[in-house]
Parts: sequence; structure tokens; C-alpha cells
Amino acid sequence: MPLLPVRWRWLVASGFLLCAPIVAGMAWLVLTALFDRVHGLVPAGPLAPENWAFVGSPSVGGRPPAVVALLNSVLFSFAVAAVAIVVASMAAYAISCLHFPGRSLYLAVVLVLHAFPAVSLLIAIFYILRVLGLFDTLVGVILVKTALELPLGIWLMKGFFDFLSWEMEMAALVDGMSRWGVFWKVALPMVRPGLLALGTFALLSAWGEFILPFTLIVSSRSWTLATYLQSFLTEAFTDFGMVAAVGLFYALPVLVLFGLGQRYLLNLYGGGVKG
Amino acid sequence: MEEATRAAVAARARERAWRGLWVPLLFLLPATLLVSLFYLLPVATTLYLSFTDISTVTFRNPQWVGWENYRDLVRDPFLGRILGNTARYVSLTLAFNIGVGLLLALLTSHVPERAGNPVRALWLLPRILPPVVYVLIWQGLTRESPFGLVSNVVGVSRNWITAEPWTVIVLANGMVGASFGMLLFTSAIRSIPADLFYAAAVDGATAWQTVRRVILPLLRWPLLFATAYQTLSLLTSFEYILLLTDGGPGFYTTTVWSLHAYKLALSNYFGNVQFGMGAAMAAVLVVVGVVVSVLYLRLFNFKALVGEPKIEVN
Repeated sequence: MPLLPVRWRWLVASGFLLCAPIVAGMAWLVLTALFDRVHGLVPAGPLAPENWAFVGSPSVGGRPPAVVALLNSVLFSFAVAAVAIVVASMAAYAISCLHFPGRSLYLAVVLVLHAFPAVSLLIAIFYILRVLGLFDTLVGVILVKTALELPLGIWLMKGFFDFLSWEMEMAALVDGMSRWGVFWKVALPMVRPGLLALGTFALLSAWGEFILPFTLIVSSRSWTLATYLQSFLTEAFTDFGMVAAVGLFYALPVLVLFGLGQRYLLNLYGGGVKG
Repeated sequence: MEEATRAAVAARARERAWRGLWVPLLFLLPATLLVSLFYLLPVATTLYLSFTDISTVTFRNPQWVGWENYRDLVRDPFLGRILGNTARYVSLTLAFNIGVGLLLALLTSHVPERAGNPVRALWLLPRILPPVVYVLIWQGLTRESPFGLVSNVVGVSRNWITAEPWTVIVLANGMVGASFGMLLFTSAIRSIPADLFYAAAVDGATAWQTVRRVILPLLRWPLLFATAYQTLSLLTSFEYILLLTDGGPGFYTTTVWSLHAYKLALSNYFGNVQFGMGAAMAAVLVVVGVVVSVLYLRLFNFKALVGEPKIEVN
């Protein structure tokens, strides 16, 4: 719907200009990962498969094998997503469908935390993990990241449970099913779009997470791909070909998801996913 | 007799109420535990640690020092510079975020979906790309000639991150944040009735007049929300600065409040980290964060969000 009387040429030109930096950045990443030398965006050397040697290499400069970092990243993101989905759904179900004193206070706290910037708590979280003996463990980082995802998750799932038709639940309850059974067998299957949305959010956010593993993990055997890649960036002489290959390797799942589901991601981040 | 019956009825009612409470409690237990452990407790811990002399040496046995950390903070000769940097970072990035977000929303909602969606999707990329990869790309593009694209285009060979750290920080952060406003404003523009645009066109309004007199007034709330929300998150965010410049180059050139707190407490370059001092700086952010988020809740109408559940069986 053309709502504004705008000249098309001007519009196309500005759109092109606005997208150019992002396209250039992605092109740089791919080209630098594939070629020996890249000047600007022009390959100046032959194809360089040796950039990708890190994948099979047992260790690059004293780092753990890339496979270990990859496995840690996969474990970390899927654990965060799975725990966040279950825990947030349970809480959201209680807030949305059950009655208890302090319900609106609980939701108010969740909402305040949703707006509250959690990074400012990092120093205290570091201290608490040390006290709990969970510092420098993947479990500790998983728990922290999950907790930080919860306000968003509870809020999102509550929106889905609110639109649940309660006749089905009522019928199941009258037939003698327990609340727990209703939650798992009746309510959860009906909010699948919500679970998918929260899962995507949590996966993407955990996959990219840098500050938490960087701060809360020291031992390189627990590194994720984020800390693995970052360890290359701080070197005095960066081999950009190899580092770009590591970066592309790390970003590949995100790029594939982006390629397949950009419409879905737009809806998701625009807050348009509804049950 | 009657007394006894009434007591029995009351007891049964109490029992039922308790049983009714059990179920929600169990459902809420895991979330409450995690949120208490890593949100509520850290708020208290930050405040507590900020009143102690905790550091690497005294980690196991911190002493209460009252307001001393805060007094030191106020006396810090670099406080002015850090405050200035923070103001600069937040205001410039915010201006970029809102400005470009609005521009993108306006542009993409006035072309057909087929053209608008890819542009919007592309701008989502910086946000979903892992931050370390995103920063790696910035490093690659801003290298010296003949490698760096920026150097080649401008014609001056420089490492642009060290030459123009502030420009790079604002652009890099801004391109991540712009999609937030873009998506918010796009859906707001879409919900404007088309009649208004036809009326404006009939009255002979120019593009600029339509934006200024029709669209912007109707975007007042989304604009306010995006500004409020992003101010708070920018105030506390330091991830991209840490990765891009690590607060440099040189002495505190791009160190903002949150990064300084983080480095005081958690980076061990100086050997003995000043944990308590870092906690004091973080505590200021935490207090600001709590106050501002509660204000948001007031501002953006909480009551409407909390409807009572329809079903009352446990």
C-alpha cells in the first residue's frame, strides 16, 4: 500500500544504501573464510581450504579442540532452551490458569525483571556462583542463562496460556485428570507455537551468549564457541582467514535458520507470534 | 454443637484452601528458585558487597566498610570522564537506534511487502548474529589497506577502530539496536488507518508533511517506549565495547560506567581486583534499573496486562 507520495528512485536508493553495510559485512565474512587474501571484498589469492584446518586440528595454539567448544555450545544452548521452556511454561501456566494469593504481585515482579537489565547483576552472580561452588562449570552458566531468560519466557508463555480455551481443561479435570496431567497432556500441546517461539528465542540468545561464559568460565575445556572465537580476536597478529572461518563456522546455524525462517524471525522479534 | 460444626467447616475450608495452594506452588517452584537465586539474591548481594572491602585478598573474609566505596567513587579523578563517556555512548547510540529504526520502518512500510520484508530481515541479522562474530566482521572491515573495506573506500589507510573508536562503537551498537525500533514502528505504522493517508494526500500533503503531521504524532507511544527501554539497556550494556575496544584505545577513552564496574570487579589485569568498588558502581546501575523498570510498569499500564484466570478448579 503506497501511503506516501514518494519518488521511487529515491526510495530504492536509500533502501539499497541502508542495506549495503550489512551485505558487505556478510560478504566479507564468507569471502575471507574461503580465500587466502581478501582486499576489501575482492579475493586477492587462491581458495584457501587451510583456513578450515582448525575443525579437525586437536589444538590451535594451546586452545581446546574446536569440536569441544562446539559440543559445549550445543549442550549449553539446548540445555538453556529446554530448561527455560519447561520452567517458564510451568510458571506461566500457574499465573494464567490457576488461582493463588499474590498472583498479580508475582506477575508484576516478572514484568519488572523483564525490563531490568540483568548484566548489571554480573558481579554478584560471579560471587554467588563462587559461593555455590558452581563457578567455572557449564552447569552454573546454564542455570544463570536460564534464569535470565525466564522473565521473557514466562511473559511470552502467559500470553499463549491466556488464550487457551478452558473447556478442554475443564473436561479433562472433570474426568479426573490431575492438574499436572492437564498441564502436560492438554495445555502444553495447545501452546506449541509459544513453545517454538520461546525455544527459538532461547536457542539464539544462548548460542550467541558471550559475557556469561567469558566471565564465569575459566577452564578452556568448558569454553563455548563464543569464548573460543574471542580468544583469537585478542591476539597481536590475527590470521584473519582462519578466524573468519571460525566465525563462519560458529555463525552457520544462525545463518541457516535466518535463510530458512526470516519471515518467522521477523514476526518473533516484532512480537507478532500469537497462539 | 453449633460451635463445633462451624469449627469443622472452617477447618475443612482451610484444608481445601491449602490443598488448592499446593498445586500453584509446585508449578511456580522451579521458576521462583531460579529467579530468586540469580535475580533477587544478586540485587541484595550487589548492595551488600558494595559496602565491604572485598577484593582478591579479602575474598573469603570481607569487612564492612560502610559508604567508603561510594566516597572513593565520588573522589575518583576519572569519574568525570567515565560519566561523560557514558552520556555520549547512550545518547549517540540511542539517537542512531531510534532515527535509523524510524527511517527503516517508514521506508519498508511504503514499498510492497516483497521488497520491504527482505530489508527488515537483513537488519535483524546484526541482532541475531553472535556478538563475537559481529565484532569480528567489524574488525575485518576496519583494517588498514589493502585489506580493510573502509580504508579502501575512504582512501585513507587506518585501523579505524583505534582511529575513530567512538564512531565505530556507536555504529556497531546502533546497527544491532536499530531493528528493535524498526519492528516496533513498523507494526505501529501498519495499524494506522489508511483513510488518514488518503485524506492527507487529497489535501495535497507532501511526503515530509505526512510523516511529520500524520505518522509521527501517532507513533508517540512506540517512540516513547523504544526510547525508555533502550536508554536503560544501553546504560548497562558493555558487551560490544568490551569486544571492540576494551575501553581503549589509551586511557579510558571509551570506558563507560558499566564496563568500568565490570573491569574493576572481574578483570584480573591489575592482579588484585577491587570487587567491592566494582559492586558499588554496579549497585548504582541496579538501583537505577529497579526504579526505572518499576516506572515503566506504571507508565505502560500494568492492570490491563493482568486479567484474572477464568477457571477456578484445582
